[in-house]
Parts: sequence; C-alpha cells; structure tokens
Amino acid sequence: MNSRPKVAFYWCASCGGCEEAVVDLAEKILDVVNLVDIIFWPVAMDFKVSDVEALPHGAITASFINGGVRLSEHEKVVKLLRQKSKLVVAYGACACWGGIPGLANIYRLEEVLERAYVTTSTTVNPERVMPSQSGWVEVDGARIEVPKLLPSLKPLDEVIDVDYYVPGCPPTPEVTWNAIQVLLSGKLPAKGSVIGASSRSLCDECPLNKTKPENVLIKEFKRVVDFVPKPDECLLVQGLPCLGPVTRGGCGALCINANMPCTGCFGPLDDIHDYGGKAISFLGSILDLEDEEQIRREISKLPDLAGLVYKYTLAKSSLKNLLRSERK
Amino acid sequence: MREIVVDPITRLEGHGKIVIILNDEGNVDHAYIQIPELRGFEKFAEGRAVEDMPQITERICGVCPMAHHMASTKTLDDLYKCAPTPTARKIRELMYNIFMLEDHALHVYILGGPDFIVGPTSPKEERNIIGVINKVGKENVLKVISMRKKLREINLMLGGKTIHPVAGVPGGVSRPIKDDEIERIKQVARESVEFARFTLKLFKDLVLKNDQYFKLITSDAYTHRTYYMGLVDEKNRLNFYDGKIRVVDPKGSEHAKFDVHQYYDYIAEHVEPWTYIKFTYLKNVGWRGFIDGENSGIYSVAPLARLNVSDSLATPEAHAAYEEMVSMLGKPVHHTLANHWARIIEMIQAAETIQELANDPEITDKNIRNIPKHTPSEGMGVTEAPRGTLIHHYKTDEKGVVRQANLIVATQNNAARIALSIDKAAKHLIRQGQINDGLLNMVEMAFRAYDPCHACGTHTLPGSMPIIVYIYDTSGKLLNVVRHNL
Repeated sequence: MNSRPKVAFYWCASCGGCEEAVVDLAEKILDVVNLVDIIFWPVAMDFKVSDVEALPHGAITASFINGGVRLSEHEKVVKLLRQKSKLVVAYGACACWGGIPGLANIYRLEEVLERAYVTTSTTVNPERVMPSQSGWVEVDGARIEVPKLLPSLKPLDEVIDVDYYVPGCPPTPEVTWNAIQVLLSGKLPAKGSVIGASSRSLCDECPLNKTKPENVLIKEFKRVVDFVPKPDECLLVQGLPCLGPVTRGGCGALCINANMPCTGCFGPLDDIHDYGGKAISFLGSILDLEDEEQIRREISKLPDLAGLVYKYTLAKSSLKNLLRSERK
Repeated sequence: MREIVVDPITRLEGHGKIVIILNDEGNVDHAYIQIPELRGFEKFAEGRAVEDMPQITERICGVCPMAHHMASTKTLDDLYKCAPTPTARKIRELMYNIFMLEDHALHVYILGGPDFIVGPTSPKEERNIIGVINKVGKENVLKVISMRKKLREINLMLGGKTIHPVAGVPGGVSRPIKDDEIERIKQVARESVEFARFTLKLFKDLVLKNDQYFKLITSDAYTHRTYYMGLVDEKNRLNFYDGKIRVVDPKGSEHAKFDVHQYYDYIAEHVEPWTYIKFTYLKNVGWRGFIDGENSGIYSVAPLARLNVSDSLATPEAHAAYEEMVSMLGKPVHHTLANHWARIIEMIQAAETIQELANDPEITDKNIRNIPKHTPSEGMGVTEAPRGTLIHHYKTDEKGVVRQANLIVATQNNAARIALSIDKAAKHLIRQGQINDGLLNMVEMAFRAYDPCHACGTHTLPGSMPIIVYIYDTSGKLLNVVRHNL
C-alpha cells in the first residue's frame, strides 16, 4: 500500500469549485483512490502544517494546488508543499493565472479593504474597524492570530516552482481524468506543460466551427445583452467577442452549447505568454473597418476590455501594474 | 486565563478556527469563530461590464454557484427593467430547484446528515459516509450518488456548466429546452419526488422515532431565540427563487416584510477585527453584540429560518411534512439542529416543484428572452441560496459598466448566530477545563447544522471534522493537545 503514489490537494484563495470538480469525477474517484494514497485534502482530511513539516523532502509524489495565493498563510503552506513534493500541479484557472479573483489586482489592497469594510452601503462602521493586518488582535485579553492579506493575488508559479498546469474554471471531470492518466502513465511530459486539456484552440472542438470562415471579418461588435444569437452560426461572425480562437480547447465547448461565447477560462495556447494581449490583437484583426474613428467606436462598444480579455489571467499579465498605476 | 484554539479545516481560503477563552476556573468566557476570507468581489466588480456579473459573482462559491448566478441574473432583469419571458422564468426556476435539491442532498447524506443517520453519539469511525452505507444499505447510498449526478447533468445541459453556469442573461436565459430533452427531464423529475419521499421516511425512522435524538434536538445547548429571515411568495408560502423578504421575531410574529429594493433599510453589516466575515443584523433593532433575544438584531437564515417565516409550504407533500414538524416542535422553532429536518422538508418542495415545471407544456417554448431596451442605472436581486437569503445590488453607468456593487451573502446572515451557537455549546459542554472528543463533536454539531458555506469543508467527505485542539496557558505554554477525528 505504501508503494502507491502519494497525492496531496490544497486550496488557496479558491471558491471550492475545483474541489467540487474533483468530486464530480463521481464513480471514477473510486478508481483514483485505488491507484494512489491521498495523504491530505482539506475537504476530506485533517491538514496541519506540522504534519506536512514532519514528512521527508520529496515524500509527496504530486501536490494539486488550486486557488490563487492571497494570504500569508497560503504562501507559507505552498512553499512547504513544494519542498515536500516531487511534482506540483497548478489545478484550475486561479492557480494557473490568478483566475477571476485576480481582477482584484486592478486595485490596491487598501481600496479593497475600504470597500468591503467601510464604504459598502449596508456596512455600519464609523470607527473604521478592519480585520487586523498586523498578524494578531487582542480580544478579551487573549491574543487571536489573524492571517494577513498579501498586497495582491499571485498565481502559484509566482510563489513556487510549478511542474504542470491543469486549466479551466473549473477543469472538467474529463480534463481532470486525462491529467491523472498522464501523471500515472510514467511518461511525464516536459516540465511546464499544460496537461489534461487539448493542445488546439477551442474552435477545433466547437460545434459551430463549420460555419466559421477561415478569416473572420466583422463590421461591428455586439454584447450578449443586445440580441439573441442564432444557435447555428459562429458567434464571432454574429459579432460577439467569443475568445474561442485564442483559448485552449478541452472543455467540450460547454458555453457555446448554451449559446454563450467563450470567455477564456482554459487560458492561452502553448507559447502564448500574455493571453489578454493575444486576445486583443485577435479582436482587432477581425474588425473589417478602415476608418480609425469607426474602429475606435466599435472597440468602445466593449466597455470593459481589460475584464473581457484578462478575465482569468490578469494576475499573470504584465499589464496589471500598468492598470494600477494608470488609475493613480 | 487559558486559550483553546480549535483549528478546523474550512473550505474558504485556508483555515477557519475556533478560539475558546477559559477563565481561571477553567470555564468558558467566550468562544469565537474566525473566517479568513476576503477576495474583494465588491471592489473588483467596479469597472466590469454588468452582463458579466452572473459569471463573475458565481466564483464567490463553487459549491453554490447557481445561487449567485441567479441572484445576479435577477439583478440584471431589474437593472434593465426587463422581466424574463414566462418560459425563461420557468427554466430558471427549474434549474434553481434542481440545484436546491442536489445541494441539500449532499448535506443530508454525506456532510451533515451522518450525525443523525448514524447517530450523534456513535463512534467517530462510523459517523461518516461508510456509516451511512452500513445504516441504510449500499444500494441506497449509490442511489443518492446517482440521483445527484442525474440532477447535475440536467443543470449542465440547461445552464451550460454545472459549476459556474452561463445561461443567465437579462430578460431570460440563453438556451431553450430542446424537444428531445424534455423526456429525460420528466424522468429525472419523477425520480426526484420518490427520492425526496424516501429521504423523509428515512429521517422519520432513524431520528424522530429515537427519543434520545429528539431530546438532543430540543436541548438548551442548541437553542437560540433570534429573529428569522427568508423569501415568501404572495401567499406567504416558501419560495426559493423569488418573493418578498419576510422577518419574524423570536415569538414568531411578523417583524417586517419588504421588497429587495428596501433591503438597506432593514439590513446592516457589522465588522469585527478578529475575522474577515461581516455580521449582518436588523438595522432597526440594532447591533447589541453576540447575544440573542428580541432586543438583539441578530437573525438567522437557511432551511429552519425559511420555514419559520412561511405560513405554509407551496406544494402538497412538503406542506404535510411541514405541518408535522410544526405540530411536534411548535413555531417558530428555535432549535438549531432542527435545520436538518427543515432541509429535508425543503427537498420535498424542490422535488415537487421540479415535477410541476417539467410537466408544464410552456417549459419547452422557444421564446426564452426579452431584449433590454432601457438604459441601465441600478438593480437589485434576491434569491434563497441553500444557505439563506442572498442579495445582489449593482449601480452602473449608462453603458452598463458597474460603478458600485454590494453583496449580502447567505452565510453572512447566519454568521452571528453561528458565533452564538458555538459560544453557547462551548459554555454548556466545557466545564472546569474538561475537553474530550465527545464534547468537541457536540461543539462541531452546533455549526454543522447550518451547513455554513465557509465550513462546507469542515463537513468533510468522511462526514466528520478533523480538529486538533491546542490548549495554552496565558504565558503561551502548550499545556495539552487533543486530537479529534484523526
């Protein structure tokens, strides 16, 4: 039994969807349990830092970590897991690139705290009490530890070395299963690889791909509030900024099947360093307009370009600091 | 003075923990629960295209994403003054009740339920899913897993994704039910009703017929006299998707009934320096600290609170089950552990509603969207999440870019009462510094009954919460370590 690979799961600033995604393996989870020893999983087992500290270095075969790094505590734990693990897998969009909570990096931490604890319309807090950021607070004579927030949310690989990436918000059961197969096969891909998903774009598996011309050219952008798209025609052709062409496939085109555009939760294709940069240059390239004024007008129809193209990857982009300094 | 730190494993952002302060006699002065969770949604919503909000805010919780998705979508309806078409509303309600049923089932059978199905005083090794299998039979547990899977598959089909659905748009849904899909939905609906009936019968046989459990449910350690809040329809019947927010006082009389547009006249949030969660309270009663009673603005939400604010239930079998509970426990019910019973009664209403909607001929109509015509400015929306009343509120510019967002999240509404429950259970159970596995389980049960979102992880797959308790003296010297469920 002890010769089986030892696997750990840990979550940082996550919503729990990645954990639910693993549970959605349903009966397959029994196969996983038969093949590996899950040595800790905060959903299912006790997780005490001292227990992990007691393990020899490299004792864990693979640690699957989801969520972005937001608290001092997360930073401490993932560094420890790195030390104890042969392989570290960033599981899900947040661990890979910060995910949607990474959008908080547009703002300074003080602004985030101010909004949450002082200026929200229902908050009554004239004395501006905030969760203590000094690491502890004294209550009734006792010292209570309070974990500190980091200045910004970090993707996992900005804190520790990451071996593999499993994309998606959340990764689907199929992608998760594929990734597990890859790791168990013994034929490990190159370090830094994305595993479990496709190496081609979402369009490649999209049911509407046959209606997409080789070069999409449109005259105007539309928003989902504007119209009911036809269910049998490429959404880009209909004017919706679908990010399928620049997004990794593997999800099975779930959003498209619900008549909604791809928002990019499977992240960039191989060799793309800045997903949002790639997405924006793609969207620019399909506008079939000559006049600069017209182009400007069409782009301005998409009122939150940063949120559109960096929905899941802002924390990974070099643009994040630019956005913040521009606002100052 | 001594301090006990109970360090459980919570689901949101690292650890949550319970801190228990003992006086010199070793009795409990205070017990605190700390939630370390802040990702800043209310800030980074600013600047976003408002139609993205249903897909952004659902990332608050991957266990109940449908609740946020729907509250947000309803906020968009309000913002654009664009009601959904009749069919779209029915599809939304169908998805919502399916979600409610599968989420409650998870809690009843796997997370919180083992306390009762297996027994609160049974050995910890049995108080888990394995114990449930032994008690109700493997075929029945497989039935639960398969039922949940079927329900989640329907919502994958209707919502695009089960975890983080995408179908919500102002004025409707993005996708109709296809003609070849409805038979499957009807089939699953039939099974849902049978499944909910089976669950109630199981609860009656195992819990209600057992005097010991019944005594525990009604014991003082698990009782708080607080206000209750929940959504009701025009006839004051339980509704998960829509209605007016109704509040009853500790005696059960109506304290307030209001439209979501008035929520900030009634609900306020309080901040403490030792936790990241904000505590909501009734504004016109006021924040009086962590105490219960009529003079304290603390209120409770979720299954038991919803039944306390409803005059009746909306479907026949659910109503009969509700009447039975009221005849045994009276009304309002102040016993925290009765949440488990209330949750099962709600499963019946959810299942009956699913069946009603699945057989509604209008549900397969293809008119599923109204297109917004109004310039957006401000919108509010409310739903009942499995864990309680959930409110979204956005202000936008004329292009539909969010300028301000305020969110009152379900578990927040219960946070103060959960803190009370832990404090009370600790005070009742820990005397003269005596602490052991059994006592810790009883403290744990005090908050597991709420199915609190930040503590979903503490329910754990094996159905028991692993905790290590470190007991220090005032100089910080470690006196003792108690391991629980390890």
